[in-house]
Amino acid sequence: MEKYIFEIKNLNIYYHDFQAVKSVSVAIPPHVITAIIGPSGCGKSSFLRSMNRMNDLIPNSRLTGEILFHGVDIYDPLISEVSLRRRVGMVFQKPNPFPFSIFDNVAYGLKIQNIKDKAMIAERVEESLKRAFLWDEVKDRLKKPALELSGGQQQRLCIARALAVYPDTLLLDEPCSSLDPLATAKIEELLQKLKKEVNIIIVTHNLQQAKRISEYVGFFNSGELVDFGPTKEIFERSEQSMVGRYIQGIFG
Amino acid sequence: MFFLAALKKYNLQTNGPNTVFLILVMLFFCFAIAMLFMLLASIFYDGFLRINWQFLTQFPSRNPQMAGILSSWVGSLYLMILTGIIAVPLGVGAAIYFEKYAKKNWFNHLMEINIGTLAGVPSIIYGLLGLALFVRIMSLDRSLIAGALTLALLILPIIIISSREAIRNVPSFMQDGALALGATRSQVIKTIIIPLSFPGILTGIILALSRAIGETAPLIAIGALTYIAFLPENILSPFTALPIQIFNWISRPQALFHQNAAAGIIVLISITLLLNMSAVFLRDYFDRKNNK
Repeated sequence: MEKYIFEIKNLNIYYHDFQAVKSVSVAIPPHVITAIIGPSGCGKSSFLRSMNRMNDLIPNSRLTGEILFHGVDIYDPLISEVSLRRRVGMVFQKPNPFPFSIFDNVAYGLKIQNIKDKAMIAERVEESLKRAFLWDEVKDRLKKPALELSGGQQQRLCIARALAVYPDTLLLDEPCSSLDPLATAKIEELLQKLKKEVNIIIVTHNLQQAKRISEYVGFFNSGELVDFGPTKEIFERSEQSMVGRYIQGIFG
Repeated sequence: MFFLAALKKYNLQTNGPNTVFLILVMLFFCFAIAMLFMLLASIFYDGFLRINWQFLTQFPSRNPQMAGILSSWVGSLYLMILTGIIAVPLGVGAAIYFEKYAKKNWFNHLMEINIGTLAGVPSIIYGLLGLALFVRIMSLDRSLIAGALTLALLILPIIIISSREAIRNVPSFMQDGALALGATRSQVIKTIIIPLSFPGILTGIILALSRAIGETAPLIAIGALTYIAFLPENILSPFTALPIQIFNWISRPQALFHQNAAAGIIVLISITLLLNMSAVFLRDYFDRKNNK
């Protein structure tokens, strides 16, 4: 078994002249939830978005360093970002289901891969919705518009949509920040179950959430990865360190 | 009296200028509406009695009572269909290119400014261009296709501008959602951007066509005929159109022809109104469908 899913070496990300991520080197282990925490604007989202090359879409963004995904440099010119994104899925801060039916949302990732087998698509939709703990709530109204669902359901639908293409890793960018505590709890429970099947990297600014769900945690501050390690250790570290002070809620 | 009583409730010191302004804009508004209404009333008064089945199904004639608008409304219909077939793919395609592919450099910026300017160029200029390019150089003569190409050029900037607006209004988080699932750029355009901007694009197309259907100057400039007593057989047939027929009748001295012109105007206005209403209706319909 591999030791790491992502190995990041000396990563720098710039927007125009602004450097959002500063020489970050880290290796992310498989089959766990890795949480990325830090104050707003610290570069944690940029870091996350560089791992499925969603950062490429931002005009004037520039990246140096190396990101190895299962040992392969994902910024190699021979690597297609499209096939990378099929293996490294992403869930966004604001639930963004398409204005289609619930079924069509989950089937979208398959349809763009030119999968035409209807029975297989239906099977995969059901399986993905079950994996995202949403099946029981929507099984009678798969043809209904996805935008009629509640915020928490929409976010689980986005997770189901990402799972449908069988990703290796799921990147979540503050997935609970617009949800109420109950919906948040449901998603946390879901992630705990999913981590056995999919590697999970989650950006959050909810420290309690990071403490509750993650095995590893990385702490960003003004573009630098200040600390990275097993969640327990990081949270038990000296109160004098910057991480400690942030965790205590003294700054940030 | 009632008005003054209502006014007294306010503190004149602070609300005075506001009220004066309100009364002023109300007056302007009423003036504009009254003008429009008078124009419509006079046309209806002149032409309403001329509108009957025979008027719609007869070819033009020297006898004003026998004359009808069959060849011109059919000509207008063919013209609109052809214009749409030419202008819609070009306009929407150009809009997609500008919004999704074009790099932000000086050349594209110049093109954008040019398109904005072209939307405001007087239509007679397009007619002269059509005359030189399509009628003469391409030897299409005064055919339906020459007219349609000219009108297509005329409405192209309008379609590009309104389509770009509609495409820009598709939220970027929808596109991100699709890209993150491994969609290619063209798949995002096909499956997300076009369906979601479709109501806006459609509205722009209908409004552009409703402008084209009333255009007279460019068709006269390319030399479209005013007297046609047959229906166009193919795209190379000579043609006439409603605005040309109206123009022709108005320039006759006999009062009876003026009644025919008024009746023609009523038909043209009705078509334009119908087009504009269908634009509003379709946009609402698709918006509701998309947002459900």
